[in-house]
Amino acid sequence: MLAFAIRRLLEAAFVMVTVALLAFVLFRFVGDPVNQMVGQDTSLEDRQRLRQELGLDDPVAVQFGRFVANAVRFEFGISYQMKQPVTTIISERAPATLELAFVAALFAVALGIPMGVYTGIHRDSWLSKIFLTVSLIGISLPTFLIGILLIYVFAVMLGVLPSFGRGEVVRIGFWRTGLLTTSGLKALILPAVTLGLFQMTLVTRLVRSEMLEVLRTDYIKFARARGLTQRAVNFGHALRNTLVPVITVIGLQLGAIIAFAIITETVFQWPGMGLMFIQAVQNADIPVMAAYLMLVAFLFVLINFIVDLIYVRVDPRIRIYGRGV
Amino acid sequence: MNELAPLSHDLKAAPPAQAQGARPPGRGRVAAFFDSDLLHSFLRSKLVVLAALLTVAMVSAAFLAPVIAPHDPYDLKSLSLLDANTPPAWEKGGDRSFPLGTDDQGRDILSTILYGTRSSMLIGICSVLLAVGIGLSLGLWAGYAGGRVDTVIMRIADVQLTFPAILTALLIDGVALAIFRNYHFEGGKFWILVLAIGLSFWVQYARTVRGVTLVERNKEYVEAARLIGLRPLKIMFQHILPNVLGPVLVIATINLALAVITEATLSFLGVGLPPTEPSLGTMIQIGNKYLFSGSWWMVAFPGLTLALLALAVNLLGDWLRDALNPKLR
Repeated sequence: MLAFAIRRLLEAAFVMVTVALLAFVLFRFVGDPVNQMVGQDTSLEDRQRLRQELGLDDPVAVQFGRFVANAVRFEFGISYQMKQPVTTIISERAPATLELAFVAALFAVALGIPMGVYTGIHRDSWLSKIFLTVSLIGISLPTFLIGILLIYVFAVMLGVLPSFGRGEVVRIGFWRTGLLTTSGLKALILPAVTLGLFQMTLVTRLVRSEMLEVLRTDYIKFARARGLTQRAVNFGHALRNTLVPVITVIGLQLGAIIAFAIITETVFQWPGMGLMFIQAVQNADIPVMAAYLMLVAFLFVLINFIVDLIYVRVDPRIRIYGRGV
Repeated sequence: MNELAPLSHDLKAAPPAQAQGARPPGRGRVAAFFDSDLLHSFLRSKLVVLAALLTVAMVSAAFLAPVIAPHDPYDLKSLSLLDANTPPAWEKGGDRSFPLGTDDQGRDILSTILYGTRSSMLIGICSVLLAVGIGLSLGLWAGYAGGRVDTVIMRIADVQLTFPAILTALLIDGVALAIFRNYHFEGGKFWILVLAIGLSFWVQYARTVRGVTLVERNKEYVEAARLIGLRPLKIMFQHILPNVLGPVLVIATINLALAVITEATLSFLGVGLPPTEPSLGTMIQIGNKYLFSGSWWMVAFPGLTLALLALAVNLLGDWLRDALNPKLR
């Protein structure tokens, strides 16, 4: 277990260093940082002084070391576009994205698992077919089209839900939450459904196929023969044994949710990190792009690492394999 | 089209594919969907024929756009702002010469969709070709050379695989925009998109090709080729390559749908093609702005085209996988 964790940790560190190198190259060599910071009328001497202050004349290795040291403290300099420290911008934007991603994941799991169980048990009922058709649509429609469709139905035609923004937010420390006000919750519904729909179809399909597999096994037949109730068999025995792959997929999909939040946030003008990243790309705002890259890489690596550990804990077969390696 | 029907009959006769296990997300989702239920297999073969017909129809319509489109959306002379916001012909206030209505610039939606599908398809095809080119070469090299080359290439692939493709594409797009922001050249955006999408898709090919190459490398024909003194490059590309083309073709078809969707997504996000150049993504982006004024046709028709195209190509790719190589899974 320990050897497995250490090996995983080393791999994670390798990914982070690679991403840091990429972000550094971006930051340092795409466009001249000095030119981006000062106006046209700055004299050459001033530019030279700024270069020295920023340490841009040091050897590249030293600069990279400094970049990593700053990145660890989460300092990425000043945004070219918004003239604010990147850290400030991100700490303002992060709560919006994290809340959206969390609610979307919750929606995907809370609906996906029951739908998967139902379609797994009642394979031929008409409701199962409806569920499966809905999930086929969820798989083939691009995220932004689903968002536009939902906006058209619920905001334009029915006029019951807002189509953009976060609604009212309440401040708790540095965290601004939309989960405590009615307008905030209402504003959250459409983006969360848009973002979670794809993950929901994935969970439904996965739970369904796992259920179908498990329900055929001998121990389920034995449980039935013992006269246990359907409920106990289906949920106590069958569902429990499907959860290992489900946990993994959900964990890995958390990363995908954060990435796809970029699209959802653009459709709904949700003031989160994704929208910030898109604006940074449009304006070639390199510090913000570098910071987002590092942050997202860190989140992904962290999630992957935790999922690996959970997986090892839950499934004894992997534990043995992990020890052997 | 006739040769498709008997093939799909064969498919029906074949034992239903076992797709119960968890599969890596991203590949064959649609197929797994249908495979997973016996009842669906019949429906599926019909769907494949339908998907093939639809794909052929859409692709030929797109590439014949200059011939069959009633208007030319690139021809600024023919545009008139007076025609802007015309609803489809069957709605009140519609104009017979604009069957699906017009957008905010007075461009005919039908013609713009035809031209737009063409540029979306072109970007999709070029970027998939780029991804295949990179993935195939690196995969062959890694698998054939082994050792340190293999480790380095596969490590890079692993790191890239940590991120979803759309994020990689966005990032490459952003960097390319930052580098080229002061240089304007004809079609620059087109190639930036091809580069961004192509570079974000190569990993899958490299991994697949490497896997097959590792097996093929130890076979006798490769040894024979080596013994008669052929150069490694010749062995890789002339002897091993034909054996890996099957799976590559399947991934390429499925990726084509994904590439078209990625292009549309990037253009929708405002970092793809400029609004003046028709593509499905930019049309949807423009239409989205006019959703609240009730001009639903601006977004509905391009959106429907994109959804149908993606669905049809996806179904076709999944079918191709089963038909070409049942052992691929």
